[in-house]
Amino acid sequence: MDMLAGKVKKTSLNLDSAMNPTDVLERPIRLTARDVTVHYGTKQALHGISIDIPDRAVTAFIGPSGCGKSTFLRCINRMNDTIEGAKVGGTIKLDGEDIYAPALDVVELRARIGMVFQKPNPFPKSIYDNVAYGPRIHGLARNKADLDEIVVSSLRKAGLFEEVKDRLQEPGTGLSGGQQQRLCIARAIAVGPEVILMDEPCSALDPIATAVIEELIDELRENYTIVIVTHSMQQAARVSQRTAFFHLGNLIEQGPTEDIFTNPVNKQTQDYIMGRIG
Amino acid sequence: MNALVVAGVLIVLLGISYQTGWSKSRNLVTADGVKVHSRPQYHGSFTAIWAMIPALVILLLWAWLGGGVTHNYIVSLIPQDTLVSLDQVGLNATVGRIQAIASGYGVAGEIAPYEQSAGDALRSFNFITFAGTLVLAVVAGGAGLIYARSRITARLRARNSVERVVNVLLLACSAVAILTTVGIVASLVTEALRFFTFINPLDFFFGTVWAPNNAGGDNHGSYGLLPLLAGTLMITAIAMLVAVPVGLLSAIYLSQYAPKSFRAVAKPLIEILAGIPTIVFGFFALVTVGPFLRDFGNAIGLQISATSALTAGVVMGIMIIPFVSSLSDDIMNQVPRTLRDGAYGLGATQSETIRNVLLPAALPGIVGAFLLAVSRAIGETMIVVLAAGNAPILRGSPFEPVSTITVSIVNQLTGDTDFTGPQSLVGFALGLTLFVVTLCLNIFALYIVRRFREQYE
Repeated sequence: MDMLAGKVKKTSLNLDSAMNPTDVLERPIRLTARDVTVHYGTKQALHGISIDIPDRAVTAFIGPSGCGKSTFLRCINRMNDTIEGAKVGGTIKLDGEDIYAPALDVVELRARIGMVFQKPNPFPKSIYDNVAYGPRIHGLARNKADLDEIVVSSLRKAGLFEEVKDRLQEPGTGLSGGQQQRLCIARAIAVGPEVILMDEPCSALDPIATAVIEELIDELRENYTIVIVTHSMQQAARVSQRTAFFHLGNLIEQGPTEDIFTNPVNKQTQDYIMGRIG
Repeated sequence: MNALVVAGVLIVLLGISYQTGWSKSRNLVTADGVKVHSRPQYHGSFTAIWAMIPALVILLLWAWLGGGVTHNYIVSLIPQDTLVSLDQVGLNATVGRIQAIASGYGVAGEIAPYEQSAGDALRSFNFITFAGTLVLAVVAGGAGLIYARSRITARLRARNSVERVVNVLLLACSAVAILTTVGIVASLVTEALRFFTFINPLDFFFGTVWAPNNAGGDNHGSYGLLPLLAGTLMITAIAMLVAVPVGLLSAIYLSQYAPKSFRAVAKPLIEILAGIPTIVFGFFALVTVGPFLRDFGNAIGLQISATSALTAGVVMGIMIIPFVSSLSDDIMNQVPRTLRDGAYGLGATQSETIRNVLLPAALPGIVGAFLLAVSRAIGETMIVVLAAGNAPILRGSPFEPVSTITVSIVNQLTGDTDFTGPQSLVGFALGLTLFVVTLCLNIFALYIVRRFREQYE
């Protein structure tokens, strides 16, 4: 409970700082999406999404279940490629480069855009091997000492190192849910991404573990562009600087988080914020 | 004919008793408006059970004891002087003749007058006892029905009683399977122990010469297990060398690469391979694969016999491909999608994901599938009978004919066997060995599969 109380205090501090009218959109834009559509077979899941995602800030996608927020997130690192029958239209550019261009290397793209999933999904390997997996397949470490350093610094950045430093060789699946999720964040960081996508990263966690992850996200935005999908409006309010509201496959409204929550323009956004759309 | 009558009577009894219980139950509702504990179907089933069980018990008692009673009656029909002149075999033959006359099928040879009169008497005896039993069964069933009907009240917990009967019924069915297994194992063990009174177990388990003297007499020959065990293991190893790579790679293709539409066609087709009778695989080995391997060996300067461990092993491997591929495919599909997503999300390619994440996660399950396939291969008979060459000699080359445990069992037990000497009793010792080996493999496989399941819970 103490931790939670501390968290609430910190959150209100964050909101205070966000009151400053400097919109993070004035920062350079990393990702631009224009008219993105997704079809699963004959069913259209996304209807023309256009959004800009600024550098080193947290952008939150909110909306009711099935609104397409996760689908859009999975377009950004082309994870929809692994789903049979999924067809993506429109353009998404990372630093001006079309990520759906035929010449683009998907494997390299996913190394630049890391992803953290809804359910913690550590590989059935040791903690060390989980973090070392990405650097190994991409050849990021020249020798064992290099790799050790990447693993340790990634675990540190994910705020997990102190808890696991004595048992790096134990299986990652033996950690608690919150620790597993931070292990997955460390695993994503280890590849050296510029963007980190998080698909409801706290939905399988208890409130205390959630608070720890949220704090971590707040720290990570110093160095990474973060996009987080969440069905918790409170979470979006706590961690994000910009928020986009999705409903039924459409992007209804987007803007600074403060504005979306205090002064939504669209009626549907208002209804959702007030809890009238489930 | 009689069976049809019995079945008909039982069905009528079933229908009447169910209907009685059902309608009594309906009347309960209309009569006093009290809430009835069970629904009418349960009262119907309750009555039917009470009617059927006594009837079935009486019919089963007659089926069990009736043969002896009838036999005694027939013997009593044979005149005393004739009876004295008959030995046991002659008596059985006479009883058989009288039964044949009674059934109206007729007999060979001249019919003695006493046989004819005995046949006629037996016919009427059979009819009376059959009708009597049936009437008794119906009366007992009716009594059960009336008793059950009298017990039907609004408060009778017929639903719970029916549940108990269903429980007992299910238990009885599983008991049949379990008791059969126990019975088979017990007979294997006792007969194998009889075999070991002829042959020293050490000579059997560690003997290197398999040469039973099937002619009989005091010289039993030698019964060394090792040549057969070596042949079995060699063929199994060759089979696994064929089945594991092909089955595993096809499973990887099917579960990871193949488009859904292809998979929908290919998976059933592969499973059809498992449905081909093994004797057909045996033909295939004898007619096609054996000669092909022999000619291929000649071409590259190897002496390969047409019937050899290699031929049998290759064909057996083809036979168990669907085993390996289908089980491995299921196991790989059980690996959570999130795990694969995790690897893709880090920028792993598809083959990296399969090699580094999917296969390690599925490995225990795949090993379990392999062990099940091995125990299948060890017990396989028809292919080796036709294609292995039946040469129970201890040797190391897979290009020469060998023999296996199963083939030797077939050899020792076909034809006239009296189960008095080691020549035929050895079949039980071999069967027991085979049983223990496959049992151990199965237990090991189950253990591994179970450990795999716990990993994602």
